[in-house]
Amino acid sequence: MFEDFFNVVKKRWGEGEEEYKPPMFKCPRCQGLSPLSKYEELRRVCPKCNYHGRLSSNERIAITVDKESFRELNGRMKGADPLNFPDYPEKQAELRASTGLSDAVITGTATIKGSPVVIGVMDSRFMMGSMGSVVGEKITRAFEYATEHKLPVVMFTASGGARMQEGIVSLMQMAKTSGAVKLHSEAGGLYISVMTDPTTGGVTASFASLGDIIIAEPKVLIGFAGRRVIEGTIKQKLPDDFQLAEFMYSKGFVDMIVERRKLRSVLSHLLKLHGYTPKEA
Amino acid sequence: MEDKRTAWERLQLIHTKGRPTIKDYIPQIFTDWYEMHGDRLFGDDRAIIGGIARLDGMPVTIIAEVKGRDLNENKACNFAMPHPEGYRKALRIARQAEKFHRPVICFIDTPGAFCGVAAEERGQGEAIAKNIAEFMTLRTPIVSIVLGEGGSGGALALGVCDELAMLENAEYSVLSPRGFASILWKDASREQEASEIMKITAEDMVRLGVAEAIIEEPLGGAHNDLDKISENIKEYLSQKIPEKCKKDIDVLLKERYTKFRKIGAFTE
Ligand SMILES: [Zn+2]
Repeated sequence: MFEDFFNVVKKRWGEGEEEYKPPMFKCPRCQGLSPLSKYEELRRVCPKCNYHGRLSSNERIAITVDKESFRELNGRMKGADPLNFPDYPEKQAELRASTGLSDAVITGTATIKGSPVVIGVMDSRFMMGSMGSVVGEKITRAFEYATEHKLPVVMFTASGGARMQEGIVSLMQMAKTSGAVKLHSEAGGLYISVMTDPTTGGVTASFASLGDIIIAEPKVLIGFAGRRVIEGTIKQKLPDDFQLAEFMYSKGFVDMIVERRKLRSVLSHLLKLHGYTPKEA
Repeated sequence: MEDKRTAWERLQLIHTKGRPTIKDYIPQIFTDWYEMHGDRLFGDDRAIIGGIARLDGMPVTIIAEVKGRDLNENKACNFAMPHPEGYRKALRIARQAEKFHRPVICFIDTPGAFCGVAAEERGQGEAIAKNIAEFMTLRTPIVSIVLGEGGSGGALALGVCDELAMLENAEYSVLSPRGFASILWKDASREQEASEIMKITAEDMVRLGVAEAIIEEPLGGAHNDLDKISENIKEYLSQKIPEKCKKDIDVLLKERYTKFRKIGAFTE
């Protein structure tokens, strides 16, 4: 189910003349080839360069929160079509059917090693994780819920930016979500933003950059403007590491780069350091 | 008012040479203008100006994106495309307005935030995000006016306000129609088509709950009569600013949050 966004060299057996070749993963960062099984075994981390690949929202939730602790909020919310944009309703319906997602983010409550959290996970399979009304509304409600229940928020961002088909309505979601983050912050709530591949455009320019603590996974893309747009402006090629997590870390916009296998434990420690301790059984 | 122009015709009009910029408007609308410089962190971005002045004798804070009137001016102000330090200067000046109980008037006129290496290195995304969040709870009235182009996050960074007005021919959009066409259809030449389906006009903004008011332009557009368009802008501000200042600040902040909170289309 991930062929669309990983450059997987498909297995070609059963076609007669060719011998069996194990399926391979081609890394978008180092271009290196590794056996797909190895890449999957490392939870989608490139064995050659440590690039942290994209997870589906369900996979992310499964490796982050305590078993059976996740309760989804607003799971039935679906997009509409504020601008009467050609083919947009059909496109959404197709994606809902093929991905099983309602839109590009899943939000809910859960516990991480016992600490209660509100969690949001964006999913790049749904229109590149772009932010339209549903993403904006669900994230806003997640923060409002956290404010009301005095809970911390852990948000995993992955987005190509604004949902073009919703035009100005999409832009306004930046204001809506950022406002809700601000009110949560003023109420004393902890917000940990975890930037995953890719975190760009309007999501970078709103809630993703507003975490009290900003974590990034290794080698993920983080930026405001698109690489090609900038290359077009300056008429020269940008270095390979431009806009990677390590670049943003060196410029002071990321607090820490944390490997996927350690992330759950780091989140747990940070939550406890802020007083969000497991409830007594 | 004249017969309504199409979005495309308005885009041509706001790019007409001689369309007034904030530099033309300030002496017409305000008195005692003092410009303040720099973000106290990195530098002074010429794409955004800010300072204090009087509106009908009342001290106000002005923050504005600056378009040039010729190539030299445009080079100096980077074609109204701010860097992070521009947004940080805007926030510094807005916080002072809060401290000294001055209302803030923002003038939006930008193709968008600058897309470049230095802008990324200095945190363009963070700077815009911070302004959006901080303006949402700034404890003083904020009124914003789109003078010409309101391009993407670069506009929204000065666009979180209690009330937004559009000049009659101004546009506000998630991305320039050209950029939109090239992203969505991989064909920048379809920008006219994009401009028509994107819903970017003043009337669209009122219909979608993004703007509350439209300021009428003189026949043929703002460039035809600077006195008249300035008078119209001033008339709007002279009514709106005292109205917002009279409100209880907590009520105002709640309404500001709600204004943005209710924008969106979904079912459940
Ligand atoms: Zn690699």
